[in-house]
Amino acid sequence: MSLIKQIISGDRRALAQALTLVENDYQNSQNMLAEVYTHTGHAHIIGVTGIPGAGKSTLLNALVKLMRKCEDTLGLLAVDPSSQFSKGAILGDRIRMRDLLGDKGVFIRSMATRGELGGLSSSTAGAVDVLDAAGFDRVIVETVGVGQAEVDIASNAHTSIVVLCPGVGDSVQAAKSGILEIADIIVVNKSDYPKVNVTKSYLREMLDIGSAVQVGLSETQNMTCDPHLVHGTSGAGNNSWQVPIITTVATSGEGVSELFDHLLAHYDHITSTGEITVRRQNRLRAIFESRLRKQLYTKFSQMLSEDYFLRQLELMMVRETDPYTAATECMNNFEINYIGDED
Amino acid sequence: MPDNPIRILIAKPGLDGHDRGAKVIARALRDAGMEVIYTGLRQSPIMIVEAALQEDVNAIGVSILSGAHQVLVPRIIDLLNDNGLYNVPLFVGGIIPDNDVEELIQLGVAGVFGPGTSTSDIVSAVREAVS
Ligand SMILES: Nc1nc2c(ncn2[C@@H]2O[C@H](COP(=O)(O)OP(=O)(O)OP(=O)(O)O)[C@@H](O)[C@H]2O)c(=O)[nH]1
Ligand SMILES: [Mg+2]
Repeated sequence: MSLIKQIISGDRRALAQALTLVENDYQNSQNMLAEVYTHTGHAHIIGVTGIPGAGKSTLLNALVKLMRKCEDTLGLLAVDPSSQFSKGAILGDRIRMRDLLGDKGVFIRSMATRGELGGLSSSTAGAVDVLDAAGFDRVIVETVGVGQAEVDIASNAHTSIVVLCPGVGDSVQAAKSGILEIADIIVVNKSDYPKVNVTKSYLREMLDIGSAVQVGLSETQNMTCDPHLVHGTSGAGNNSWQVPIITTVATSGEGVSELFDHLLAHYDHITSTGEITVRRQNRLRAIFESRLRKQLYTKFSQMLSEDYFLRQLELMMVRETDPYTAATECMNNFEINYIGDED
Repeated sequence: MPDNPIRILIAKPGLDGHDRGAKVIARALRDAGMEVIYTGLRQSPIMIVEAALQEDVNAIGVSILSGAHQVLVPRIIDLLNDNGLYNVPLFVGGIIPDNDVEELIQLGVAGVFGPGTSTSDIVSAVREAVS
Protein backbone atom coordinates (compact mmCIF):
# COMPACT_ATOMS: atom_id res chain seq x y z
CA MET A 1 0.00 0.00 0.00
CA SER A 2 1.35 3.45 -0.82
CA LEU A 3 2.23 5.83 1.99
CA ILE A 4 -0.68 8.08 1.02
CA LYS A 5 -3.21 5.26 1.15
CA GLN A 6 -1.86 4.26 4.54
CA ILE A 7 -2.18 7.81 5.80
CA ILE A 8 -5.73 8.11 4.56
CA SER A 9 -6.67 4.79 6.10
CA GLY A 10 -5.59 6.19 9.47
CA ASP A 11 -2.16 4.61 9.90
CA ARG A 12 -0.54 6.91 12.44
CA ARG A 13 2.95 5.59 11.97
CA ALA A 14 2.74 6.18 8.22
CA LEU A 15 1.51 9.68 8.97
CA ALA A 16 4.47 10.30 11.29
CA GLN A 17 6.88 9.03 8.63
CA ALA A 18 5.33 11.19 5.95
CA LEU A 19 5.81 14.24 8.17
CA THR A 20 9.45 13.29 8.61
CA LEU A 21 9.90 13.04 4.87
CA VAL A 22 8.41 16.50 4.39
CA GLU A 23 10.66 17.91 7.06
CA ASN A 24 13.87 16.18 6.03
CA ASP A 25 13.84 15.86 2.31
CA TYR A 26 12.68 18.77 0.24
CA GLN A 27 13.27 17.01 -3.07
CA ASN A 28 12.02 13.54 -2.37
CA SER A 29 8.89 14.71 -0.60
CA GLN A 30 7.74 16.64 -3.63
CA ASN A 31 5.99 13.73 -5.35
CA MET A 32 4.30 12.68 -2.16
CA LEU A 33 3.12 16.23 -1.47
CA ALA A 34 1.77 16.47 -4.99
CA GLU A 35 -0.34 13.40 -4.36
CA VAL A 36 -1.27 14.56 -0.86
CA TYR A 37 -2.49 17.81 -2.36
CA THR A 38 -5.24 16.05 -4.27
CA HIS A 39 -6.69 14.93 -0.93
CA THR A 40 -6.59 18.32 0.81
CA GLY A 41 -9.07 21.13 1.23
CA HIS A 42 -11.30 19.71 3.95
CA ALA A 43 -9.63 20.85 7.17
CA HIS A 44 -10.14 24.11 8.96
CA ILE A 45 -6.59 25.43 9.36
CA ILE A 46 -6.01 27.43 12.53
CA GLY A 47 -2.85 29.37 13.36
CA VAL A 48 -2.03 30.13 16.97
CA THR A 49 0.77 32.57 17.60
CA GLY A 50 1.77 35.08 20.24
CA ILE A 51 4.45 36.13 22.62
CA PRO A 52 6.71 33.41 24.08
CA GLY A 53 5.26 31.80 27.16
CA ALA A 54 1.83 33.39 26.72
CA GLY A 55 0.22 30.02 27.35
CA LYS A 56 -0.44 28.93 23.77
CA SER A 57 0.20 25.23 24.38
CA THR A 58 -1.77 25.20 27.63
CA LEU A 59 -4.62 26.93 25.86
CA LEU A 60 -4.54 24.40 23.04
CA ASN A 61 -4.63 21.59 25.55
CA ALA A 62 -7.88 23.01 26.96
CA LEU A 63 -9.33 23.98 23.60
CA VAL A 64 -8.66 20.64 21.98
CA LYS A 65 -10.25 18.79 24.90
CA LEU A 66 -13.38 20.84 24.28
CA MET A 67 -13.27 20.21 20.54
CA ARG A 68 -12.99 16.49 21.20
CA LYS A 69 -16.30 16.66 23.07
CA CYS A 70 -17.80 17.71 19.74
CA GLU A 71 -16.10 14.75 18.06
CA ASP A 72 -13.80 16.97 16.00
CA THR A 73 -10.52 15.29 15.12
CA LEU A 74 -7.36 17.37 15.37
CA GLY A 75 -3.89 17.51 13.94
CA LEU A 76 -1.50 19.80 15.81
CA LEU A 77 1.85 21.16 14.71
CA ALA A 78 3.92 22.81 17.41
CA VAL A 79 6.77 24.82 15.92
CA ASP A 80 9.68 25.95 18.11
CA PRO A 81 12.89 27.74 17.16
CA SER A 82 16.15 25.94 16.48
CA SER A 83 19.28 27.18 18.18
CA GLN A 84 21.27 29.43 15.87
CA PHE A 85 24.50 27.95 17.18
CA SER A 86 24.05 24.22 17.53
CA LYS A 87 21.10 23.80 15.11
CA GLY A 88 19.53 21.71 17.82
CA ALA A 89 16.26 22.51 19.54
CA ILE A 90 14.25 21.74 22.61
CA LEU A 91 10.68 21.14 21.59
CA GLY A 92 8.67 21.41 24.77
CA ASP A 93 5.10 22.12 23.79
CA ARG A 94 4.02 18.58 24.60
CA ILE A 95 4.63 19.20 28.29
CA ARG A 96 1.46 21.32 28.32
CA MET A 97 -0.55 19.03 26.08
CA ARG A 98 -0.43 15.95 28.23
CA ASP A 99 -4.19 15.55 28.40
CA LEU A 100 -4.30 14.97 24.67
CA LEU A 101 -2.19 11.84 24.59
CA GLY A 102 -3.77 8.47 24.11
CA ASP A 103 -6.67 9.96 22.18
CA LYS A 104 -6.76 8.55 18.66
CA GLY A 105 -8.63 11.62 17.45
CA VAL A 106 -5.61 13.83 18.12
CA PHE A 107 -2.17 13.79 16.52
CA ILE A 108 0.58 16.12 17.73
CA ARG A 109 3.85 16.78 15.97
CA SER A 110 6.66 19.06 17.13
CA MET A 111 8.79 20.82 14.53
CA ALA A 112 11.92 22.92 14.80
CA THR A 113 12.34 25.95 12.58
CA ARG A 114 15.73 24.72 11.32
CA GLY A 115 16.54 28.27 10.26
CA GLU A 116 16.51 27.60 6.57
CA LEU A 117 15.68 30.24 3.99
CA GLY A 118 12.07 29.75 2.99
CA GLY A 119 12.34 26.30 4.54
CA LEU A 120 10.19 26.69 7.56
CA SER A 121 7.10 28.02 5.90
CA SER A 122 7.42 25.53 3.11
CA SER A 123 7.80 22.44 5.27
CA THR A 124 5.16 23.60 7.72
CA ALA A 125 2.72 24.14 4.87
CA GLY A 126 3.56 20.67 3.56
CA ALA A 127 2.97 19.19 7.00
CA VAL A 128 -0.38 20.96 7.23
CA ASP A 129 -1.36 19.47 3.88
CA VAL A 130 -0.38 15.98 5.07
CA LEU A 131 -2.55 16.36 8.18
CA ASP A 132 -5.41 17.74 6.08
CA ALA A 133 -5.16 14.77 3.72
CA ALA A 134 -5.08 12.42 6.72
CA GLY A 135 -8.62 13.59 7.40
CA PHE A 136 -8.35 15.72 10.52
CA ASP A 137 -11.27 18.15 10.81
CA ARG A 138 -9.04 20.91 12.13
CA VAL A 139 -5.33 21.42 11.80
CA ILE A 140 -3.77 23.77 14.34
CA VAL A 141 -0.29 25.27 14.02
CA GLU A 142 1.34 26.79 17.10
CA THR A 143 4.24 29.17 16.48
CA VAL A 144 6.04 31.77 18.53
CA GLY A 145 5.21 35.07 16.90
CA VAL A 146 8.61 36.64 16.96
CA GLY A 147 10.03 36.30 13.46
CA GLN A 148 8.52 37.10 10.10
CA ALA A 149 8.56 33.45 9.05
CA GLU A 150 6.44 32.52 12.05
CA VAL A 151 4.00 35.30 11.30
CA ASP A 152 3.85 34.09 7.68
CA ILE A 153 2.90 30.64 8.83
CA ALA A 154 0.15 31.92 11.04
CA SER A 155 -1.21 34.17 8.33
CA ASN A 156 -1.51 31.17 6.02
CA ALA A 157 -4.27 29.82 8.22
CA HIS A 158 -7.97 30.20 7.66
CA THR A 159 -8.29 31.55 11.20
CA SER A 160 -5.46 33.18 13.14
CA ILE A 161 -5.49 33.41 16.92
CA VAL A 162 -3.00 35.73 18.62
CA VAL A 163 -2.36 34.96 22.27
CA LEU A 164 -1.12 37.72 24.60
CA CYS A 165 -1.00 38.24 28.34
CA PRO A 166 -2.00 41.08 30.66
CA GLY A 167 0.67 43.77 30.73
CA VAL A 168 0.50 46.61 28.28
CA GLY A 169 4.23 46.45 27.55
CA ASP A 170 3.80 43.06 25.92
CA SER A 171 0.88 44.31 23.89
CA VAL A 172 2.86 47.27 22.63
CA GLN A 173 5.58 44.86 21.53
CA ALA A 174 2.96 42.73 19.84
CA ALA A 175 1.51 45.73 18.03
CA LYS A 176 4.97 46.75 16.86
CA SER A 177 5.86 43.30 15.63
CA GLY A 178 2.77 43.27 13.47
CA ILE A 179 1.15 40.15 14.85
CA LEU A 180 -2.00 42.04 15.76
CA GLU A 181 -2.58 42.64 12.06
CA ILE A 182 -2.97 38.96 11.35
CA ALA A 183 -5.34 38.32 14.24
CA ASP A 184 -8.87 37.13 13.60
CA ILE A 185 -9.25 36.47 17.30
CA ILE A 186 -7.16 37.92 20.11
CA VAL A 187 -6.83 36.05 23.37
CA VAL A 188 -5.62 37.69 26.55
CA ASN A 189 -4.58 34.60 28.46
CA LYS A 190 -3.45 34.48 32.10
CA SER A 191 -6.33 36.76 32.91
CA ASP A 192 -5.97 35.60 36.50
CA TYR A 193 -3.16 38.20 36.55
CA PRO A 194 -3.85 41.88 37.24
CA LYS A 195 -4.32 44.60 34.59
CA VAL A 196 -6.47 42.51 32.27
CA ASN A 197 -8.87 45.35 31.57
CA VAL A 198 -6.13 47.88 30.85
CA THR A 199 -4.61 45.46 28.35
CA LYS A 200 -7.97 44.76 26.76
CA SER A 201 -8.81 48.40 26.24
CA TYR A 202 -5.35 49.12 24.87
CA LEU A 203 -5.74 46.27 22.37
CA ARG A 204 -9.23 47.42 21.45
CA GLU A 205 -7.84 50.86 20.72
CA MET A 206 -5.05 49.45 18.55
CA LEU A 207 -7.58 47.41 16.60
CA ASP A 208 -9.90 50.38 16.11
CA ILE A 209 -7.04 52.49 14.80
CA GLY A 210 -6.09 49.64 12.50
CA SER A 211 -9.56 49.30 11.03
CA ALA A 212 -9.97 53.07 10.70
CA VAL A 213 -6.82 53.06 8.59
CA GLN A 214 -8.14 50.14 6.55
CA VAL A 215 -11.42 51.92 5.84
CA GLY A 216 -9.50 55.01 4.76
CA LEU A 217 -7.34 52.93 2.46
CA SER A 218 -10.13 51.07 0.74
CA GLU A 219 -11.93 54.34 0.02
CA THR A 220 -8.95 55.78 -1.81
CA GLN A 221 -7.33 52.69 -3.19
CA ASN A 222 -10.07 50.62 -4.78
CA MET A 223 -8.26 47.37 -3.85
CA THR A 224 -5.99 46.89 -6.85
CA CYS A 225 -4.34 43.55 -7.12
CA ASP A 226 -0.73 44.08 -6.16
CA PRO A 227 0.51 40.56 -5.44
CA HIS A 228 2.88 41.87 -2.79
CA LEU A 229 0.15 43.44 -0.77
CA VAL A 230 -1.62 40.17 -0.17
CA HIS A 231 0.40 39.04 2.83
CA GLY A 232 -0.84 40.03 6.20
CA THR A 233 -4.14 41.54 5.19
CA SER A 234 -5.98 38.57 6.59
CA GLY A 235 -7.03 40.05 9.89
CA ALA A 236 -9.06 43.12 10.74
CA GLY A 237 -10.43 45.31 8.00
CA ASN A 238 -10.69 43.46 4.73
CA ASN A 239 -13.97 41.88 5.64
CA SER A 240 -16.78 42.65 8.01
CA TRP A 241 -15.41 40.48 10.83
CA GLN A 242 -15.04 42.21 14.19
CA VAL A 243 -11.91 40.87 15.88
CA PRO A 244 -13.02 39.72 19.35
CA ILE A 245 -10.74 40.02 22.37
CA ILE A 246 -11.31 37.06 24.64
CA THR A 247 -9.92 36.67 28.15
CA THR A 248 -8.91 33.19 29.25
CA VAL A 249 -7.20 31.30 32.04
CA ALA A 250 -5.79 28.37 30.13
CA THR A 251 -4.75 26.51 33.26
CA SER A 252 -8.33 26.37 34.58
CA GLY A 253 -10.14 26.36 31.26
CA GLU A 254 -11.94 29.63 31.97
CA GLY A 255 -12.97 31.42 28.78
CA VAL A 256 -11.99 28.53 26.55
CA SER A 257 -15.53 27.71 25.50
CA GLU A 258 -16.00 31.36 24.43
CA LEU A 259 -12.86 30.98 22.39
CA PHE A 260 -14.26 27.86 20.76
CA ASP A 261 -17.54 29.67 20.00
CA HIS A 262 -15.69 32.52 18.33
CA LEU A 263 -13.57 30.09 16.38
CA LEU A 264 -16.69 28.42 15.02
CA ALA A 265 -18.26 31.81 14.34
CA HIS A 266 -15.20 32.91 12.41
CA TYR A 267 -15.23 29.77 10.30
CA ASP A 268 -18.94 30.34 9.56
CA HIS A 269 -18.17 33.93 8.70
CA ILE A 270 -15.41 33.19 6.22
CA THR A 271 -17.33 30.38 4.57
CA SER A 272 -20.57 32.35 4.24
CA THR A 273 -18.88 35.51 2.95
CA GLY A 274 -16.58 33.69 0.55
CA GLU A 275 -13.55 35.06 2.41
CA ILE A 276 -12.27 31.52 2.74
CA THR A 277 -11.59 31.43 -1.00
CA VAL A 278 -9.37 34.48 -0.65
CA ARG A 279 -7.54 32.84 2.21
CA ARG A 280 -7.08 29.59 0.34
CA GLN A 281 -5.62 31.51 -2.54
CA ASN A 282 -3.31 33.49 -0.24
CA ARG A 283 -2.11 30.27 1.25
CA LEU A 284 -1.37 28.74 -2.13
CA ARG A 285 0.41 31.87 -3.20
CA ALA A 286 2.56 31.78 -0.07
CA ILE A 287 3.51 28.14 -0.61
CA PHE A 288 4.21 28.72 -4.29
CA GLU A 289 6.35 31.77 -3.54
CA SER A 290 8.26 30.08 -0.78
CA ARG A 291 9.03 27.05 -2.98
CA LEU A 292 10.17 29.39 -5.75
CA ARG A 293 12.38 31.39 -3.40
CA LYS A 294 13.97 28.30 -2.01
CA GLN A 295 14.60 26.63 -5.35
CA LEU A 296 15.84 29.81 -6.94
CA TYR A 297 18.28 30.27 -4.11
CA THR A 298 19.47 26.67 -4.36
CA LYS A 299 19.90 26.91 -8.09
CA PHE A 300 21.70 30.20 -7.86
CA SER A 301 24.07 28.85 -5.20
CA GLN A 302 24.89 25.95 -7.49
CA MET A 303 25.61 28.33 -10.38
CA LEU A 304 27.85 30.56 -8.33
CA SER A 305 31.36 29.18 -8.02
CA GLU A 306 32.77 29.39 -4.56
CA ASP A 307 36.16 30.52 -5.92
CA TYR A 308 34.53 33.37 -7.76
CA PHE A 309 32.61 34.33 -4.65
CA LEU A 310 35.77 34.36 -2.55
CA ARG A 311 37.68 36.31 -5.19
CA GLN A 312 34.97 38.96 -5.17
CA LEU A 313 35.30 39.13 -1.43
CA GLU A 314 39.05 39.73 -1.76
CA LEU A 315 38.46 42.43 -4.35
CA MET A 316 36.10 44.11 -1.91
CA MET A 317 38.78 44.05 0.75
CA VAL A 318 41.23 45.90 -1.52
CA ARG A 319 38.40 48.19 -2.64
CA GLU A 320 38.46 47.16 -6.27
CA THR A 321 34.79 46.32 -6.03
CA ASP A 322 32.07 46.63 -3.44
CA PRO A 323 29.30 44.30 -2.25
CA TYR A 324 26.64 46.35 -4.03
CA THR A 325 28.19 46.14 -7.49
CA ALA A 326 29.41 42.57 -7.03
CA ALA A 327 25.94 41.26 -6.19
CA THR A 328 24.42 42.86 -9.27
CA GLU A 329 27.21 41.55 -11.48
CA CYS A 330 26.62 38.02 -10.22
CA MET A 331 22.96 38.34 -11.02
CA ASN A 332 23.66 39.76 -14.46
CA ASN A 333 25.58 36.61 -15.29
CA PHE A 334 22.82 34.33 -14.11
CA GLU A 335 20.70 33.11 -17.03
CA ILE A 336 17.10 34.02 -16.43
CA ASN A 337 14.41 33.51 -19.01
CA TYR A 338 11.10 35.25 -18.81
CA ILE A 339 8.42 32.84 -17.66
CA GLY A 340 4.90 33.59 -18.76
CA ASP A 341 2.30 33.16 -21.45
CA GLU A 342 3.13 34.67 -24.84
CA ASP A 343 1.05 37.70 -25.68
CA MET B 1 19.28 12.70 2.02
CA PRO B 2 20.75 15.87 3.51
CA ASP B 3 22.20 15.93 6.99
CA ASN B 4 19.17 16.02 9.21
CA PRO B 5 19.24 16.50 12.97
CA ILE B 6 18.67 13.48 15.18
CA ARG B 7 15.26 13.66 16.86
CA ILE B 8 15.14 12.23 20.36
CA LEU B 9 12.31 11.97 22.87
CA ILE B 10 13.23 12.63 26.50
CA ALA B 11 10.64 11.58 29.03
CA LYS B 12 10.38 11.18 32.74
CA PRO B 13 8.11 8.31 33.73
CA GLY B 14 7.24 7.43 37.31
CA LEU B 15 5.78 9.45 40.10
CA ASP B 16 8.71 11.38 41.51
CA GLY B 17 8.77 15.05 40.65
CA HIS B 18 12.43 15.65 39.86
CA ASP B 19 13.31 16.26 36.28
CA ARG B 20 16.47 18.30 36.69
CA GLY B 21 18.60 15.44 35.41
CA ALA B 22 16.38 14.99 32.36
CA LYS B 23 16.52 18.72 31.67
CA VAL B 24 20.31 18.77 31.81
CA ILE B 25 20.50 15.89 29.36
CA ALA B 26 17.95 17.55 27.07
CA ARG B 27 20.04 20.69 27.02
CA ALA B 28 23.26 18.78 26.32
CA LEU B 29 21.66 16.91 23.43
CA ARG B 30 20.34 20.14 21.99
CA ASP B 31 23.77 21.73 22.24
CA ALA B 32 25.06 18.72 20.33
CA GLY B 33 22.69 19.64 17.50
CA MET B 34 19.82 17.28 18.23
CA GLU B 35 16.13 18.08 18.29
CA VAL B 36 14.88 17.08 21.69
CA ILE B 37 11.20 16.48 22.20
CA TYR B 38 10.79 17.01 25.89
CA THR B 39 7.58 15.68 27.34
CA GLY B 40 8.03 16.40 31.03
CA LEU B 41 7.09 14.64 34.22
CA ARG B 42 4.94 11.63 35.10
CA GLN B 43 4.71 10.10 31.67
CA SER B 44 3.15 6.66 31.51
CA PRO B 45 4.68 4.07 29.17
CA ILE B 46 1.68 4.49 26.87
CA MET B 47 2.21 8.24 26.71
CA ILE B 48 5.91 7.79 25.98
CA VAL B 49 5.40 5.32 23.16
CA GLU B 50 2.52 7.27 21.67
CA ALA B 51 4.66 10.44 21.64
CA ALA B 52 7.58 8.54 20.10
CA LEU B 53 5.29 7.25 17.37
CA GLN B 54 3.78 10.64 16.52
CA GLU B 55 7.14 12.39 16.60
CA ASP B 56 8.85 9.63 14.58
CA VAL B 57 11.94 9.97 16.76
CA ASN B 58 15.29 8.30 16.11
CA ALA B 59 15.83 7.49 19.80
CA ILE B 60 14.17 7.64 23.21
CA GLY B 61 15.69 8.48 26.58
CA VAL B 62 13.84 7.89 29.82
CA SER B 63 15.00 9.11 33.19
CA ILE B 64 13.95 6.91 36.09
CA LEU B 65 14.81 7.73 39.68
CA SER B 66 11.99 5.98 41.40
CA GLY B 67 13.41 2.47 41.22
CA ALA B 68 10.46 1.47 39.09
CA HIS B 69 12.59 0.56 36.10
CA GLN B 70 11.80 -3.14 36.46
CA VAL B 71 8.17 -2.42 35.78
CA LEU B 72 8.42 0.57 33.45
CA VAL B 73 11.14 -0.52 31.05
CA PRO B 74 9.68 -3.91 30.01
CA ARG B 75 6.32 -2.23 29.55
CA ILE B 76 7.82 0.47 27.31
CA ILE B 77 9.66 -2.14 25.26
CA ASP B 78 6.50 -4.20 24.81
CA LEU B 79 4.59 -1.17 23.65
CA LEU B 80 7.36 -0.14 21.27
CA ASN B 81 7.23 -3.59 19.70
CA ASP B 82 3.43 -3.53 19.50
CA ASN B 83 3.65 -0.26 17.59
CA GLY B 84 6.31 -1.35 15.15
CA LEU B 85 8.96 0.80 16.83
CA TYR B 86 11.40 -2.03 17.65
CA ASN B 87 14.16 -0.22 15.75
CA VAL B 88 14.08 2.84 17.96
CA PRO B 89 16.89 2.64 20.52
CA LEU B 90 15.81 3.18 24.12
CA PHE B 91 18.20 4.65 26.69
CA VAL B 92 17.64 4.60 30.42
CA GLY B 93 19.13 7.12 32.82
CA GLY B 94 18.95 7.21 36.58
CA ILE B 95 20.03 5.20 39.57
CA ILE B 96 19.93 1.59 38.43
CA PRO B 97 21.62 -1.11 40.56
CA ASP B 98 24.48 -2.89 38.73
CA ASN B 99 22.66 -6.21 38.77
CA ASP B 100 19.70 -4.72 36.98
CA VAL B 101 21.73 -3.01 34.26
CA GLU B 102 22.56 -6.33 32.61
CA GLU B 103 18.92 -7.32 32.76
CA LEU B 104 17.83 -4.13 31.03
CA ILE B 105 20.40 -4.62 28.29
CA GLN B 106 19.09 -8.17 27.84
CA LEU B 107 15.62 -6.75 27.41
CA GLY B 108 16.88 -4.63 24.53
CA VAL B 109 17.80 -1.33 26.17
CA ALA B 110 20.49 0.39 24.10
CA GLY B 111 22.33 1.94 27.03
CA VAL B 112 22.02 2.67 30.74
CA PHE B 113 23.48 5.87 32.16
CA GLY B 114 24.14 6.21 35.87
CA PRO B 115 24.32 9.54 37.72
CA GLY B 116 28.03 10.05 37.00
CA THR B 117 27.87 9.62 33.21
CA SER B 118 29.25 12.59 31.32
CA THR B 119 26.92 14.28 28.89
CA SER B 120 29.46 13.87 26.08
CA ASP B 121 29.38 10.09 26.59
CA ILE B 122 25.61 10.20 26.32
CA VAL B 123 25.78 12.28 23.16
CA SER B 124 28.18 9.84 21.50
CA ALA B 125 26.16 6.81 22.59
CA VAL B 126 23.04 8.29 21.04
CA ARG B 127 24.84 9.21 17.83
CA GLU B 128 26.28 5.75 17.53
CA ALA B 129 23.00 3.95 18.18
CA VAL B 130 21.21 6.05 15.60
CA SER B 131 23.76 5.86 12.81
N1 LIG C 1 -1.37 31.85 35.90
C1 LIG C 1 -1.50 31.31 34.67
N2 LIG C 1 -0.49 30.61 34.15
C2 LIG C 1 -0.65 30.08 32.91
C3 LIG C 1 -1.85 30.26 32.19
N3 LIG C 1 -1.72 29.64 30.98
C4 LIG C 1 -0.49 29.10 30.97
N4 LIG C 1 0.16 29.36 32.14
C5 LIG C 1 1.52 28.97 32.48
O1 LIG C 1 2.43 29.69 31.66
C6 LIG C 1 3.57 28.89 31.35
C7 LIG C 1 3.80 28.84 29.84
O2 LIG C 1 2.73 28.12 29.26
P1 LIG C 1 2.82 27.47 27.81
O3 LIG C 1 1.51 26.90 27.50
O4 LIG C 1 4.00 26.60 27.74
O5 LIG C 1 3.09 28.78 26.95
P2 LIG C 1 3.45 28.87 25.40
O6 LIG C 1 2.92 30.16 24.92
O7 LIG C 1 3.00 27.64 24.68
O8 LIG C 1 5.02 28.92 25.48
P3 LIG C 1 6.07 28.78 24.27
O9 LIG C 1 5.55 27.73 23.35
O10 LIG C 1 7.33 28.41 24.96
O11 LIG C 1 6.13 30.15 23.65
C8 LIG C 1 3.32 27.55 31.98
O12 LIG C 1 3.97 27.49 33.22
C9 LIG C 1 1.81 27.51 32.18
O13 LIG C 1 1.40 26.68 33.23
C10 LIG C 1 -2.91 31.01 32.78
O14 LIG C 1 -3.98 31.24 32.21
N5 LIG C 1 -2.67 31.53 34.03
MG1 LIG D 1 4.12 26.33 23.48
